[in-house]
Amino acid sequence: MTVNVLLDCKNIWKLYGAKANSILDTHVNPDINTLKAEGIIGAVRAVNVQIMQGEIFVIMGLSGSGKSTLVRCLSRLVEPTTGSIKFDGVDLLKATDSELIEIRRKKMGMVFQQFALLPHLTTIENVAFPLDVQGVKKDVREARALDVIELVGLKGRENYYPRQLSGGQQQRVGIARSLVVEPDLWFLDEPFSALDPLIRREMQDEFIRLQNLLKKTIVFITHDFDEAIRLADRIAVMKDGEIEQIADPEQLVLNPATDYVAEFTRHVSRAKVIKAATIMSPIKKDHFGGEVAHDATIEEIADQVEGSKLPHKVMRDGQVIGQIDSSAVVNILVGRD
Amino acid sequence: MGLNRHHFFWLTLLGITLMLSSFSFQLYKAFDARWIIRFPKKYELPTEKWISAFLDWLVDSANFYFFTFRDITRAIASLIEWPYQFLRNLLIEGFQSGLGDQAVQYAPSLSWVAVITVVVAISYYASDWRLGTLTCACFAYLAVFGQWQSAMVTLASVLIAVPIGALGGLFLGIIAYKSRIVENCLRPILDLMQTVPVFAYLVPVLILFGFGPVAALVATVIYAMPPMVRVTIVALKTVPEEIKEAGKMVGCTDRQMMWKVLVPSASSSLMVGVNQVIMLTLNMVIIASMIGAGGLGFDVLASLRRLDIGGGIEAGLAIVVMAIALDRISQAFSVRTIKEPYNGNYIQRHPWISTSFAVIVGTLILGIFIPSVQAYPKEFTITTGPFWSDAMEYINVNFFDAFEAIKVFFLQSLLLPVKKFFVGIPWAWGIMATGLFAWKLAGWRMGIIAFLLMSFIAASGLWSKAMVTIYLCGVSVFIATIIGIPLGIWAAERQGAGRVILGLMDTLQTLPSFVYLIPVVMLFRVGDFSAMIAVVLYALAPAVRYAAFGLKEVPEHLVEAARMAGCTPIQLLLRVKLPLATPQLLLGLNQTIMLALSMLVITALVGTRDLGQEVYIALTKANAGQGIVAGFCVAFIAIIADRVVNASADKQKKRLGL
Ligand SMILES: Nc1ncnc2c1ncn2[C@@H]1O[C@H](COP(=O)(O)OP(=O)(O)O)[C@@H](O)[C@H]1O
Ligand SMILES: [Mg+2]
Repeated sequence: MTVNVLLDCKNIWKLYGAKANSILDTHVNPDINTLKAEGIIGAVRAVNVQIMQGEIFVIMGLSGSGKSTLVRCLSRLVEPTTGSIKFDGVDLLKATDSELIEIRRKKMGMVFQQFALLPHLTTIENVAFPLDVQGVKKDVREARALDVIELVGLKGRENYYPRQLSGGQQQRVGIARSLVVEPDLWFLDEPFSALDPLIRREMQDEFIRLQNLLKKTIVFITHDFDEAIRLADRIAVMKDGEIEQIADPEQLVLNPATDYVAEFTRHVSRAKVIKAATIMSPIKKDHFGGEVAHDATIEEIADQVEGSKLPHKVMRDGQVIGQIDSSAVVNILVGRD
Repeated sequence: MGLNRHHFFWLTLLGITLMLSSFSFQLYKAFDARWIIRFPKKYELPTEKWISAFLDWLVDSANFYFFTFRDITRAIASLIEWPYQFLRNLLIEGFQSGLGDQAVQYAPSLSWVAVITVVVAISYYASDWRLGTLTCACFAYLAVFGQWQSAMVTLASVLIAVPIGALGGLFLGIIAYKSRIVENCLRPILDLMQTVPVFAYLVPVLILFGFGPVAALVATVIYAMPPMVRVTIVALKTVPEEIKEAGKMVGCTDRQMMWKVLVPSASSSLMVGVNQVIMLTLNMVIIASMIGAGGLGFDVLASLRRLDIGGGIEAGLAIVVMAIALDRISQAFSVRTIKEPYNGNYIQRHPWISTSFAVIVGTLILGIFIPSVQAYPKEFTITTGPFWSDAMEYINVNFFDAFEAIKVFFLQSLLLPVKKFFVGIPWAWGIMATGLFAWKLAGWRMGIIAFLLMSFIAASGLWSKAMVTIYLCGVSVFIATIIGIPLGIWAAERQGAGRVILGLMDTLQTLPSFVYLIPVVMLFRVGDFSAMIAVVLYALAPAVRYAAFGLKEVPEHLVEAARMAGCTPIQLLLRVKLPLATPQLLLGLNQTIMLALSMLVITALVGTRDLGQEVYIALTKANAGQGIVAGFCVAFIAIIADRVVNASADKQKKRLGL
């Protein structure tokens, strides 16, 4: 399976402050202290990322670490100080205003932390708004909007105004709005952070369901590590504008690249990230209690494996690649190495 | 608390000023130096003459190759003239062709029933039945009490000036929002326009457009537009960043961004601006009756001149009623919640448009046969004029001594001594002292600005009039504050009282400034004391409001902590709440000063001898230079006061860590 790079960013910097534009001429890779001394805020520093077609790429870090700024650079809502961004083969930073409008209209969608719904429009008008802007006729765009509203589970509330909806419902409208043009690349900036924990969980499930249907390429921002490992194919951990490490959730926990990442991942339940293939052993028996997928997390298979006296087969692409027994699972669950 | 450096500074400044003020006359005699008490005539700036000459040149000979300045004013005039005339025909005169005796009326004006129906329909659309009932009562009052004609003239002016002012302000605000440069150019102009007294607008407008309703409308629009510009800039800037980003991400063009995202998202803030435009328009339309606006303002003015007490109060009440109706309707629009749409055919979906239309057509036809449907029958109008005249007569006969005693007491114990103090200050020291005062409270930059502005006033030969203005303003603000702050405290501490007091203040603020003169003149006749009362009434509201607001804003946990520490309610108020509310109290003071200054100019009508009088004289003589220079002097005093008080409020805020 070949994977295409949909968005390719090289050496992106975003600096704020009076001398923001000149500092990079005089310094190569200035570190955070040099910048501070010059009175510059390094919101994003020397970031390289490649977003693959069809993956969920999570950017995660504490508040103020530069996540929002980075994602706004990627969509060019914020002009990076320097760097290059290639989107689907097009140099995004060289795009003219009208090209940019065209790209955003057809190929990008974004969901915002505070929902950013237009207060004077109903649900259906909000969802149809991107099409309205493109000049699509009213009956066509509303028919399309209705489909998406149904998809996000808001049928029956088409004629409500945003303030008549709960937070979770408002964000569903935000999601529907960003999906109505069927974007290739979908940005979500802390979409569930403003919601109560229970609703947040429900919305994550909803999000996973949607993604299973739609298979979009997603850049998802969060400050919540649990959310990150639930959703991510790959995670980038940011600190002070820099990316500390990019890896899949399991690697992040098992092989943290820096102390900061290690500190971050220390309290994560390992059963949530470690996959069956990682702790399987070579096949020894021919009696098995059942089979599990190689990329299932320990948490997912714990009940099944533990409940059986016999080990389970670990499967990949229809092949048996190893076995896993209850003691290996229990070791992970109780945190024994 | 011992004397520190600051106390020393203030005591010295006050001491020197007192000394110089008391002995300036003796100094002048001793040194035979008249310049001490009077700015030498030969050094006076000829600003007045320059401005007048410039205006004369504009009117008489300015020529921009293809057209003259006159052509421009004529074009503007005719642009305003015909919709205004149309509205007058619609509301008052009816449509006719031909002139004089040969005039043939081919359509009557809207009947009074129709006008009231339309107003109620709009009220209901904006809010609910309660508002509909209120506005119905207000307009019915105008009909029953015989004020209909004049009220419709005023309404026609408002209906012309408001759209121009609101749309013009929106337009300018949008340009300023888009361009930093425009914003930076507009800001000082707006500042100045809000502090230049209203009369000062009238003079140049009078010269450029001549006496009449069009000139009045132009002045009104100029006066009412600035707040809309400000509100628009702020409203657009405060649209949440994420909403702007959402607009960009769906690929809005600049124009779509403005009209589909920003303006609609900001619409309720924008309606607050429209409300302000409406209220200022009404205020100005009344004042502009001096240059020919006609209507209710003219009735009041004429009654005041004739000392016709009853007529003045009647027309004044009509203004009040109209102000309340217009204010409530426009406020309702800014908090309007969108209602469930009606279903069905056009008539069912738009019940109010259809009802209005039906009533308009119905009364048009009925009116041909039954005249009282068309115009409210004269024999059923109630005139309260004689009643008011009798009441005033009764009061004056029976309580004359009491009123006179109050007046004399205030004059002798407060007004005259303060006046003597301010007028006595030699101009040279006055300039210095103001500079030092501003420097101490608002920094050296403001000190220099204050010094220069005061120098301009002295050099324009208006020093002593400016001092009278400052004295009257000072005394009025002082009294408004000592009445207003306790009222504010009361309103904040007691819910029930609060609702009544704040409601009353809201209403007071909606009344056009002119109205305040009427009862005052009736009771106290002309002079400084009457002026002071009118100013206090007009400027009271912000002192009350800000005090109440400041006290309510004190964080609950601090109040609880103080209670737990065993504070008595009085201690709680004096030691915790009031100190924490000082920044708000200072902002209230600032507003009080601004309102007092703007009202003070209008009190020139009751015979004060201050800068307001100077502007008023200029208006009657149509001397633009004199009016504008005096207007600027008032504006300069306002600017100094504004900056200094704001700087103190900021300092207090910082000190309290707010
Ligand atoms: N417009 C701006 N001007 C100055 N500093 C900014 C601006 N936007 C963001 N920053 C700074 O950049 C840093 C990163 O901010 P942000 O990207 O919003 O972080 P996050 O989304 O991870 O919370 C913060 O220190 C913030 O203060
Ligand atoms: Mg953020």
